[in-house]
Amino acid sequence: MRSRSFVWNYHVMLLPGILLLIAFSVIPMFGIAIAFQDFQPTLGIFHSEWVGWDNFSYMFSLPDSKLIFVNTLTIALMKIAAGLIVPFVFALLLHEVYHVKFKRTIQTIVYLPHFMSWVILSGVLVNLLSLDGLINQMIKWFGGDPIMFLQSNSWFRAIIVSSDVWKEFGFSTIIYIAALTSINTNLYEAAAIDGATRFQRLRHITVPSLMTTIILLATLALGNVLNAGFEQILNLYNPIVYQTGDIIDTYVYRAGLLEIQYGLATAVGLLKSLVSFLLITISYVLAARFANYRIF
Amino acid sequence: MVKGNSRAVDMMIYVFLAFIAFLSMAPVLNTLAISFSGKIAAMSGEVYFWPVDFNLNAYKSVISDRGFFVSFGVSIKRVLLGGAINFVITILMAYPLSKSGKFFPGRNIYMWFIVFCMLFSGGLIPWYMTIYTFGMLDTIWALVLPTAVPVFNVILLMNFFKGIPKELEDAANIDGAGPWKTLILIFVPVSTPALATVTLFSIVGHWNSFFDGMILMQHKENWPLQTYIQQLIISVNSIMNTTDPEEIKRLSNMSSQLLNAAKVMVSMVPIMLIYPFLQKYFVSGIVLGAVKE
Repeated sequence: MRSRSFVWNYHVMLLPGILLLIAFSVIPMFGIAIAFQDFQPTLGIFHSEWVGWDNFSYMFSLPDSKLIFVNTLTIALMKIAAGLIVPFVFALLLHEVYHVKFKRTIQTIVYLPHFMSWVILSGVLVNLLSLDGLINQMIKWFGGDPIMFLQSNSWFRAIIVSSDVWKEFGFSTIIYIAALTSINTNLYEAAAIDGATRFQRLRHITVPSLMTTIILLATLALGNVLNAGFEQILNLYNPIVYQTGDIIDTYVYRAGLLEIQYGLATAVGLLKSLVSFLLITISYVLAARFANYRIF
Repeated sequence: MVKGNSRAVDMMIYVFLAFIAFLSMAPVLNTLAISFSGKIAAMSGEVYFWPVDFNLNAYKSVISDRGFFVSFGVSIKRVLLGGAINFVITILMAYPLSKSGKFFPGRNIYMWFIVFCMLFSGGLIPWYMTIYTFGMLDTIWALVLPTAVPVFNVILLMNFFKGIPKELEDAANIDGAGPWKTLILIFVPVSTPALATVTLFSIVGHWNSFFDGMILMQHKENWPLQTYIQQLIISVNSIMNTTDPEEIKRLSNMSSQLLNAAKVMVSMVPIMLIYPFLQKYFVSGIVLGAVKE
């Protein structure tokens, strides 16, 4: 009897959260209808004209569509690769440090950018990369010509990827460090007694023990192949670099909220949501099957 | 732990790590130095990591900038209100979800619903239209209610709750404590590290977000600080659709590099203040919250 009243209380506890999710996640899902309408805000979703797949065929006819898709995919894949490798190497190096205080200081410093917003970091980057900024001062000092980094299509993607690494690499090492601390130290001692060099210990003990983690992270990253980093790019791009830097999310924002093409923007957004949802689901299923990873 | 067998390799690793740590702070240090420098020195790019012509003029102008403080106030309000809502919702959802489906039939349905809401969204335009229809534009509610359920934090705390020994709850139940009492008097007090982690995440999230403020707040006085800074500094960069160096120079002077550097620095202060607490908890909190079922 008591457990039944418990269960009733559990439902009550969940109620506020569920209602909020319905209001701000489920109701917007019905707004997907806009993708199939010639949506007019004054008429609303119930009175706007239905146009079937028109918004989608218009989307595929736009030359920009291919561009934003390629940009999104390229930037996202570069970020995923860099975001897996850099923290991995950094964690390996950090693992070789025995001086606890030194190790902690380094960690404290490199975690910090993760907690700064892209607005702040972009402010800092714009400063750094401006014509009179620190980087160009150094280029001039070495005798080179100053470069307008944020106005250059040959530099823009590199800047996006490297600044993303700057913000996240420290924080991403946490998961590797957690895996490294669970290595049984007896392994190292046994290897040392058997005469293994430092590099051999790294290669045969440390690296293999991180393999599960890196494979798991790579699998989960699959869900991000269409996320090139909206907030970052919105703060750093400009019309000159649309050619290499305009991504699906920034396009949806401009087309929808600035140019008021609601139907088109919703259609593009919907396509992205669907593909992302599919990819994330696949990645979770793979992670659960092969790494026995379940977060919920 | 076995000591490394070569001092030289150790030395190289230490120097390299110190260099990387310096590099990751260098851009911020450069901006900090500029914010304390003289106008001419800052504009001609003479400032590296130490102020040239040290003065506080930029900070004096920030203090006299009313818009900056109005936005600072909006951000504080948003963090307090939004953080409190996140805190309550996270605890209330994590507790029932940490029960197994056997004790709480329906638990799995809720879980799938929540995960579905996290993974699939209607996209930007329908989301905006919903908030517009609710009549929330230009109110603080637009900034705190759509983000009221931090699904990731709920999952993190739920996994932490799962790790609390069952005996503790059984003992409380035998003593006559119902679910509410058990949650508030037993679960919440023993979960300090996990609660600190999720609270700090939600505070940082609220403090850092600018995009919702940018599209949902039409009046300047409702902008949170990050939106205010975004509008003043960053948008100048995006309207630079010219490659003429003189024009770019003119535009960037207009945006007053010096003043912006000072504003960027001031807006970092709250994060820097809570960072020591963040540091202390988040590593253990994340690792504990990620335990497998």
